[in-house]
Amino acid sequence: MRGNNWKDYQKQIADDRFYYGRSCIRQNFFPGSEKAFINILQRDLGKDLFDDPKHSSCTGIGYHADVVPLETTMTVVARQFSLMNEAGYENFTTSCITSFGIYTEMLATWKEFPETLERTRENLYKATGREFEVPKCMSHTSDVVFHFRDQIAAKAKHRLINAATGEPLRVVEHIGCHYAKIFPKAGVGGSEFPYVLAGMVESWGGECVDYPERRHCCGFGFRNYLVQANRGYSIANSQKKLESMAPYKPDFIVANCPGCSMFLDKWQYTIAEMEGTTYGQNGHGIPVLTYEEMAGLVLGYDPWELGMQMHQVDVEPLLDKMGIDYDPSAKYLGRNGRYIGKPQSAVVNAGKTVYDIRE
Amino acid sequence: MKRVVVIGGGVAGMQTALRLSEQGVQPVIIEKEAELGGKLRGWHVLFPSFTPADEVLGELKQRVRQAGVEVMLSTEVGEFSSNEVKLTDGRRMACDSVVVSTGFTLFDARIKEEYGYGIYDNVYTTVDIERMFNEGRVAKADGTAPKRIAFLHCVGSRDEKVGQKHCSRVCCITGVKQAMEMKKRFPEADVFNFYMDIRMFGPGYEEMYREAQVRYNIHFVRGRISEAAPTIDGRLQIKAEDTLTGRPLHMSVDMLVLIVGMRANDDNAALAASAGLNLAPSGFLEPKNLFLDNVKSNVEGIFYAGTVSSPKNIGESLNEAVAAADAAAKYVEE
Repeated sequence: MRGNNWKDYQKQIADDRFYYGRSCIRQNFFPGSEKAFINILQRDLGKDLFDDPKHSSCTGIGYHADVVPLETTMTVVARQFSLMNEAGYENFTTSCITSFGIYTEMLATWKEFPETLERTRENLYKATGREFEVPKCMSHTSDVVFHFRDQIAAKAKHRLINAATGEPLRVVEHIGCHYAKIFPKAGVGGSEFPYVLAGMVESWGGECVDYPERRHCCGFGFRNYLVQANRGYSIANSQKKLESMAPYKPDFIVANCPGCSMFLDKWQYTIAEMEGTTYGQNGHGIPVLTYEEMAGLVLGYDPWELGMQMHQVDVEPLLDKMGIDYDPSAKYLGRNGRYIGKPQSAVVNAGKTVYDIRE
Repeated sequence: MKRVVVIGGGVAGMQTALRLSEQGVQPVIIEKEAELGGKLRGWHVLFPSFTPADEVLGELKQRVRQAGVEVMLSTEVGEFSSNEVKLTDGRRMACDSVVVSTGFTLFDARIKEEYGYGIYDNVYTTVDIERMFNEGRVAKADGTAPKRIAFLHCVGSRDEKVGQKHCSRVCCITGVKQAMEMKKRFPEADVFNFYMDIRMFGPGYEEMYREAQVRYNIHFVRGRISEAAPTIDGRLQIKAEDTLTGRPLHMSVDMLVLIVGMRANDDNAALAASAGLNLAPSGFLEPKNLFLDNVKSNVEGIFYAGTVSSPKNIGESLNEAVAAADAAAKYVEE
């Protein structure tokens, strides 16, 4: 459907030696995803990826909430780059879409207005005594997974197909607004027909669903969510997307933004509670995956090692569909085998497939 | 006998050649296509009179034949000056003056990716619609009749995002004309025109715009469409803002017609570089001035006719061709 438009938007993605910038939100919502990215890059693909404990928030949340001024954001970004220089890396890859938007925006601003780059150099030096050079290559981690999609496909243990019928799984791919809507050329495929997730889905055997509200925001929108009084806008946007995609009967949603993965998943529960509406098959929700979780499942990672027990909508129906062998009783065991507690079952959950080893 | 090379054999080029013949000057038309006629060849009927394009074009071609104008088809100009034209096949032609009437390039609707032209079924351009009119079969991709049709004005015109700041002028009336033709073919269909301004500058245009509303019940909505997306039943969902009511608008349509504008001819930069001609910021060739020398270039002996210098309708292009031919004839006589 989307043709070959995406080929008009090619961006440079490094082949190796990445400096990894983590995401504030993802470490809380999807800690398994960031770990999976590190494992996929280092263990499965044999790449050099440096996970630096010294780097900080990019200030994105504060910046978009108008509590952090632009100059501060520039200086903090400059510090991250300085840390990257210090570690001996030139290719920055960040796990968060908002961070990716921030870095891209700061780089574009410095290029367009060189005096702001000079001021940032001064500010960073005054504050920390540090100097910095901009990265040779700036990518989002979904760009990196996209870049290696064929290598991942070659190592696949599972494909995105229905194991019982052999049919491709129907996937809704959702791209975070800050990935390419700010700077279309910064994203694989541009802003209208982004290909970064679609490319992964197609390489791994699935098929993408093009539905009327495909481009619509998930509803996170910092001001929509951070201001409690505006949260109605947030859920209304998610609802609009879910209503639009439901007739296509997608097997799962995959997103490349922390906010999108979070809200498309968790708002399904809220809508079910508020209106009694569910959007998946058999009266349940539609599972929402991060692209690292999708890649991890393809590579044969254990779903609980990927952190998929953190999801609001149960993923078991999807795992069963893909023919993935998993231990239901291990769902709520932590990494050290300790029971981490089980949430109450909700309308969007698959009911009887919510297991409790203590029951 | 003095010889003037006319580069481009569209309506402006043909009319220039005819007028030069009348003035006792020998014209040579160099046309890169295999046929004379330019963009008008693909058109069905002309606004505001619904005169068949063939009628105008056929008559012009016949006059060119009768006048014995030398025409070189499938021939392209590489470089030129006011007294010599070098063809891309290596031939050189001496001349006494040159009239540039190479016309415009149509805006490529695929650049406005948000509308999905070339990707989604049932997204067309005005050029596609004229072709369908000429073929005598207007239908959706699945062959059925459309029940709701949306026209979108200013696709690739007045749009800084795609580097086309200028108004293409004739698209407004083209949109009205095609909407009326659609309504004639599909009287039961709802036809909507989404616009930001309606610019009815020509004789009879405003009356036609009014007739479209009063007699044909065509709906005009002030607001540009922000995106089109396919629906599960093979239609297109469009989003816009009705800026008169200040409300967002969603609509499903069977056909979306993108009213594409005129952009500066792709060949202008190379032509200008070879002959030392000035380009306007829009990329069109810039006349010496916009008043008393508006068919002259900044180079002595090189003249402009038609849409090579700015968007124009057929009547204006024909008139300008006469003015350019007269200026060239005067120049070669002097």
